[in-house]
Amino acid sequence: MLMILLKRLVAAVILLVAVCVVGFVITGLGDGDPARNILGPEATHAQVAAENHRLGVDRPMLEQFADWVGGVAHGDLGNSYIGDQPVADKIRANLPVTMSMVALSMVVIAVLSLALAVASVYGRKSVDRFVQSLAVIGHVLPAYLLALLLLLVLAVKIQVFPVFGYVPLGESPVEWARSLVLPVLSLTLGSVAGASLQARGSLMDVLDADYIRTLRSRGISGRSLLFRHALRNAAPPWLTSLSLGFVAMLGGAFMVEKVFALPGLGALSVEATTAGDRPVIMGMVLLTGGLVILVNLLVDLAQMWLIPKARTA
Amino acid sequence: MSLLEIDDLVVRYPGRRRGRSFTAVDHVNLDVRPHETVGLVGESGSGKTTIGRAVLGLAPVTSGRIRYDGQEIQSLTRAQRRPLAARIQVVFQDPYTSLNPAMTVEDILSEPLRAAGWSRATARGRVVELLDQVGLPTGAADRFAREFSGGQRQRVAIARALALEPELIVCDEPVSALDLSTQDRVLQLLVDIQERTGVAYLFVSHDIGVVRHISHRVAVLKQGRLVEFGKCAQVTSRPEHAFTEELLLASPVADPGRQRERREMRLAHRERTSATSMSPITIQRSAP
Amino acid sequence: MSIEISAQAMDAPNRPSTFRMILRNPLSRVGVVLLVVVMCALVAAIVMDWVAPDAPWSADLYHLNEAPGTDGHLLGTDSGGRDVLSRLVVATKATMFSGVIALVVAMLLGLPGGLVAGYYGGRIDMALDWLSSMVMSLPSIIVLLAIVSSLGTSMWISMTALGCMMAPAVFRLLRAQVHAVRNDLYIDAAKVAGLSDLRIIARHVFRVVRGPLVLMVSVMAGVAITVQTGLDFLGLGDSTTITWGGMLGEGFAAMSANPVLFVWPGLAMAVTVAAFFLIASGARDALQRTDGGAAAASRSKATHLKPVPASSDAPPGADDVLAVRGLTVGYPSGGEVVEVVRSANLTLRRGHTLGLVGESGSGKTQTAFALLDLLPRQAMLTAGEVWLDGTEILRLAPRDRARRVREAIAYVPQEPMSNLDPTFTIGYQLIEPMRARGVGRAEARDRAVALLSRMEIRDPERVMKSYPHQISGGMAQRVLIAGAVSTEPRILIADEPTTALDVTVQSEILDLLRSVQEEFGMSIILVSHDLGVIADLCDDVAVMRDGQVVETAPVEEFFARPRHEYSRMLLDAVPDENHVRPDYVEARSARQGAHTGEAHR
Repeated sequence: MLMILLKRLVAAVILLVAVCVVGFVITGLGDGDPARNILGPEATHAQVAAENHRLGVDRPMLEQFADWVGGVAHGDLGNSYIGDQPVADKIRANLPVTMSMVALSMVVIAVLSLALAVASVYGRKSVDRFVQSLAVIGHVLPAYLLALLLLLVLAVKIQVFPVFGYVPLGESPVEWARSLVLPVLSLTLGSVAGASLQARGSLMDVLDADYIRTLRSRGISGRSLLFRHALRNAAPPWLTSLSLGFVAMLGGAFMVEKVFALPGLGALSVEATTAGDRPVIMGMVLLTGGLVILVNLLVDLAQMWLIPKARTA
Repeated sequence: MSLLEIDDLVVRYPGRRRGRSFTAVDHVNLDVRPHETVGLVGESGSGKTTIGRAVLGLAPVTSGRIRYDGQEIQSLTRAQRRPLAARIQVVFQDPYTSLNPAMTVEDILSEPLRAAGWSRATARGRVVELLDQVGLPTGAADRFAREFSGGQRQRVAIARALALEPELIVCDEPVSALDLSTQDRVLQLLVDIQERTGVAYLFVSHDIGVVRHISHRVAVLKQGRLVEFGKCAQVTSRPEHAFTEELLLASPVADPGRQRERREMRLAHRERTSATSMSPITIQRSAP
Repeated sequence: MSIEISAQAMDAPNRPSTFRMILRNPLSRVGVVLLVVVMCALVAAIVMDWVAPDAPWSADLYHLNEAPGTDGHLLGTDSGGRDVLSRLVVATKATMFSGVIALVVAMLLGLPGGLVAGYYGGRIDMALDWLSSMVMSLPSIIVLLAIVSSLGTSMWISMTALGCMMAPAVFRLLRAQVHAVRNDLYIDAAKVAGLSDLRIIARHVFRVVRGPLVLMVSVMAGVAITVQTGLDFLGLGDSTTITWGGMLGEGFAAMSANPVLFVWPGLAMAVTVAAFFLIASGARDALQRTDGGAAAASRSKATHLKPVPASSDAPPGADDVLAVRGLTVGYPSGGEVVEVVRSANLTLRRGHTLGLVGESGSGKTQTAFALLDLLPRQAMLTAGEVWLDGTEILRLAPRDRARRVREAIAYVPQEPMSNLDPTFTIGYQLIEPMRARGVGRAEARDRAVALLSRMEIRDPERVMKSYPHQISGGMAQRVLIAGAVSTEPRILIADEPTTALDVTVQSEILDLLRSVQEEFGMSIILVSHDLGVIADLCDDVAVMRDGQVVETAPVEEFFARPRHEYSRMLLDAVPDENHVRPDYVEARSARQGAHTGEAHR
């Protein structure tokens, strides 16, 4: 058991390194002349060369990467090309917005999708139809379009929720929640259906399984059968779909942030992208790649906890 | 001269963890002569199916030799094996997964023919012949395999095996997935075909009653090892080895009186063998 | 799962072509209509490129943000005074094009990768799988941003990158599909027939995966368009090309002046994505329906019972613990009810064993489930009576019936491994039913251990702690018998309890059932297709065929003098013990060397 954990951990670290390498290669594909971007077209060649030298981008790629990795090992993500601020500080400033939004959305999706799945297996057909139409909405209206519509209707026309901005949790929990209602709604409305359909399908399969019938024959029924036996066995595919949903949600989150003018990672990344600010982008690659790998690891662990057979694989 | 000679065959699968390999077939010697049926009988994990698969080139041979008509075939590549397709064929246990559900019977039957270079038209003629040979109507050619019952599917599988007129067919539990009455008819079909075409069978089964019914010689396997190999009547009526006797006594007879006797004999046998403890199994190649 | 099912259903015979099938589905019909609209826009865009290439660009600074419908501007003008409709139409081209690039790249990478990895397995599979999980660990938005930051806003480049990011999804789907069929015997048969790998993949494997692949392509087309539009919306698109995303961004920026401007490109995109999605899900539904069967039937509660007078068969005697009269079980199928058990009569005598014999599809298992109150929800008990200890139970309220049945009858299933919950220890699964009956924890545990040793399991304490995948099939069947006996039933219904086991294990399990029956004084119904097993254990025999009980007799009489023609046929089909084939040498000489080869060594 411990060995398997250790193996998974090592694999995760290797994966993270690979992700960083890919990120570094991609961001280095350009002409490698960030100084021109920073100094503007009026700067002389000598000035640009000097600036490039200061930034270290005139050195070989491998050396630059080693440098970057060395920095990361000491918790230093380098400095942004714009304003020379530490990347870590920039990310730290914008992280809470995106994380509150995404974390809250994941919780909503997890709870709602499971509840809907159980309701549609045991309940009426109408629940089924509701989930199906939700799935269509989720596909047809991506989060950012939904956000735009919500903004137009609920914030501009009816003015129920604040139009723009973010209030930190520490400042006022109520305002924090209010400022996140619309973004979370746009991120979850579509994704709930996908996770719920997955959970429903897998629950139906499990309820048809032989051992469920045998348990019924032994007098186990109702709640115990559903919560103790059926849901546990049906959970793995649902967990996987949640983790895939998490990866997809990051993209949606960036766009939703733009709609509601939230000062999150999306704004930071877009700014860095237009400016060619490589250190910030690499910081984002490390952060988001690490998060995804961490979530996948957690899902793996959860599955091992749920399904004993997974512990031997 | 034997058609198929299996000499000191070992099939070992590497384990998931180091040092934990699994020996499916453990130094087995066997032979099949032309027109003969050799039954391979044993329980799950006895290696009987693996031997059949090794002959077909579907299981990796760790050591030992498999000679077909004098030629060593155990280490041939897939491309080198291609000419053998016309000489060694197979009928599998499960008629549901052994026929591609998305293909018509004609597609299935002409596949080996086309692979052997037959033209579409000549192949079609042969398909009609084959259907007739296994007792299916000509109209079956245009239908999908999944439209047929288990017994009919198994007939299609037998027809596919016969397509290139092989000299040897490996039958891997060909009737165990079938109902009793169907099983009986398919066994009879196999016997008829053998008498008509002279094909030899390597007949793998867990059911000693079925093996006894169809085989000339019988090999009994246990945990990858050959326990006993000899003439059918001798092995299945007067077994030399305790394990063969155990197998025989364990298979129930469809007769309450005789089954009661058999049960008592089995209990007596068990007491006897547990008293003397299990003797190590000796490997003997018994010549008929 | 659903996608695999639909793959098999792709080529169901005797039915209209797949395309027609899809068209028959109302959802896909809407999708097709929408797709036609989008295609018209696409054609219009291409035509406009020729006829009026400047129209979408010409800005009229006197008519900014005009409302829809104002002179000559059907959808109004944007914040630059440009005609919205013509821009919308022209943008169709770029958007569709971006989708095509992403799809083609995803297919080029994912398709061969998935087929090869799935078919060959081993190292190449591991390597590609690792690669795909690495790509999947990169949120595509970050990769796209990184690409745009280093290589600029070209749609070609960003959509190629998106294609690379989507390739793992194609890869995973195909790999899983191919894995599922790779060990199917027809692949082996093709190998034995001398087909090359390439031909096997093309002929056998690809046929299986093409259905799910079509579904995936149409879903992915929608995703690609959504992502491309989003990227442009963020302002990271190619500013020289008109796209819906760019228009969306402009509309958002001008929201205070012209709140509906963003609606038009949003609508255009939604319509396009909806077209693909509806066609895909309509196709999936259509394909699943052809799979049909009880599995697809609704799960609504349907255990109806029309009180039909019982058959004329003799009423149950005092010594009959279980009596079945006129039992009929059906399943709804296309508007009618298909009966799988028809007017069955059975009588189980106290302390005796009744064998229920029949071939597959004879209804013997359905009868057993009906007696155990374990029929699937869609099953319908349309007629009959079941007398349990002198009480008719089918007319009881479901709750009362369940209580009586659970208290009196226990079940031993056929397939030992699949009948244990893989997520709980054996001990837990033995203790739980006793706890549910109010037995204390410690006592239930002690009883479970005692039962396991009664089942001749050598190390019961260790087995208690084991999970189902850690024990053998024979052991699992002993555990299941222990579980059945643990509730102290008066009746045991065993459905092919030894069919999945080796004969030597089978004989031990039969011995065990016999001794347990004596010890607990149980009556047993043994469902089996094996006449040897019936002969071994039963006192009475009932033969079922096509849902009907065709003969009932004491066991000796049944084997000695079967009355029904079908019974005789069954008994005749048992391989004759006394028959042995003529000796090999005799067979040879009789054949007079029709073939070459000397038989003797």
